[in-house]
Amino acid sequence: MASTLPPTARTGSRRGPTLAARRVRLAWLYLLPTIVTLVAVAGYPLYRTVQLSFTDVRLRFPLAPDWVGLDQYAWLLRDPVWWRSVWNTLVFTFVSVGIETVLGILIALMVASGLRGKGLMRTAMLVPWAIPGVVAAQMWKWMLNDVYGVINDLFMRLRLIDEPKAWLASAALMMPSVIAIDVWKTTPFMALILLAGLQSIPQEYYEAARVDGANAWQRFWRITLPLLAPALAVALIFRTLDALRVFDMIFITTGAQISTITMSVYARQQLVSFFDLGYGSAVATGIFLVIAFYVAVYLALFRKALR
Amino acid sequence: MRRANAALLNVGLYVGVAVLLVYLLFPFYWAIVSSLKTPSQLFMTPVQYLPPTPRWSNYVEVFTSQPFARFLLNSAVVAGVATLFALAIGSFAAYALGRFQFRGRTTVYYATLAVTMFPQISVLGGLFVLIRGLGLYNSLPGLVLTYMIFTLPFTTWLLTSFVRSIPIELEEAATVDGATPTQIMLRILLPLMAPGLVTAGLLAFIQAWNEFLFALTFTLDERSRTVPVAIALFSGASSFELPWHLIMAASVIVTVPLIVLVLVFQRRIVEGLTAGAVKG
Repeated sequence: MASTLPPTARTGSRRGPTLAARRVRLAWLYLLPTIVTLVAVAGYPLYRTVQLSFTDVRLRFPLAPDWVGLDQYAWLLRDPVWWRSVWNTLVFTFVSVGIETVLGILIALMVASGLRGKGLMRTAMLVPWAIPGVVAAQMWKWMLNDVYGVINDLFMRLRLIDEPKAWLASAALMMPSVIAIDVWKTTPFMALILLAGLQSIPQEYYEAARVDGANAWQRFWRITLPLLAPALAVALIFRTLDALRVFDMIFITTGAQISTITMSVYARQQLVSFFDLGYGSAVATGIFLVIAFYVAVYLALFRKALR
Repeated sequence: MRRANAALLNVGLYVGVAVLLVYLLFPFYWAIVSSLKTPSQLFMTPVQYLPPTPRWSNYVEVFTSQPFARFLLNSAVVAGVATLFALAIGSFAAYALGRFQFRGRTTVYYATLAVTMFPQISVLGGLFVLIRGLGLYNSLPGLVLTYMIFTLPFTTWLLTSFVRSIPIELEEAATVDGATPTQIMLRILLPLMAPGLVTAGLLAFIQAWNEFLFALTFTLDERSRTVPVAIALFSGASSFELPWHLIMAASVIVTVPLIVLVLVFQRRIVEGLTAGAVKG
């Protein structure tokens, strides 16, 4: 390869058109394996899913799809369980991400305020993030057990409740319970990102503000929050996207029950449990559209912060 | 007055931190305590808070009641191979995206980023058909292939920002000396990228180790079952009497290696997680 390089290549500073063209070709060569893999595992399956959503195909091999046009989507629009799953997912996402954001800011401020044991805190915060969602769900499912669970016992001792509650079975408590589990698992992630954002704010700003007589409240609203905005925007986007596709935790704790069924749980139920590949694909495409819509809205809102 | 206020604030802070630590760590304490109880101790009211005489045999039973060692090995192989593949081809993609100017670069970069934000459920049906078509259903290579959907874009994206942060002078000097771009990548950039490779590899490994949806859907039996699926599918004599002592013991077993990773690589993991947020 080196022997065929044109002489201009060796000078480095002045790049001739031949070299530029070569570099472009090389760049695509380096990208090729990644592009091929992503087209194979993401692009093609997405195309196939959309394609199958226009058929009545069952999950039985060999596949025998019959074209039904927009029939599946007509069903989808009238399917109360689908709309319930969209609603559940949105409630789950916005309540849990909202709580996580407020708690995350509080925790980040607390850890950043320069107390001892910061390293210990950081480790303790990373652990809930690092464990499998399945493990977190099982741990909490056991703690929230209606008869033998430690949460009922603890809350009774603290006089927070009068009688044991069926946290993961009663319609009214299921959603708050799964939100609480999600908050436990992901607030630390939020706090870590915000902590990094906080630590990148120059101390001089605070000193200057103090000289000018700004109190702690003013310093928070006028300096901390605006300068934290980019980190906050990124954290919000990632967390929201994660919450919108929540599957593991709901699947383990409450399954496909109507009070907490989410879009992902519903799609998998149709696709795999009911063998309805055609309708399941329409549901999956619906999810894709809902999330694409959300991403577009978020990007429009936060474009400035992300620059 | 000021000093008293500051002292009060300090006490408040430490109380806050203590509450937070209990909230974060109590579930782990409870998993460990539960994993050391007998079934009858588990189903005792009122609840016992202190561990009784620890019943270590629960941990043996996790391995004897089902091929749990096999599940651990499956998880390690799938996560390890998926991570290595992603690093191997992702680092070249990152080199192209971080160091070359060409039309379509931004498009490729954002398309890669878009795949990381993708709802994986929306490709589940198509991926199922693909996996069946390739004869990879219920196999470890099938899982490795599907895991590329999140390990590859993530490592590419993280390594690209890492490549951009490396000073270019060394590579320019090598170009002057007549090195080809591929030589530069292998001899100069790759060694400099080592810390980035460790960070990206760790995060990709953890994601793959924890993955549940694909592992649940694309495997059928014990030969290719991974740990998260095994922990999810634990069943007892009846649905009301799940073997919680075994579920908790298995949970502790998969959590320990992750805690060790977090302890050893804490700084790198935080760096990787915050790379996007802070550098933008």
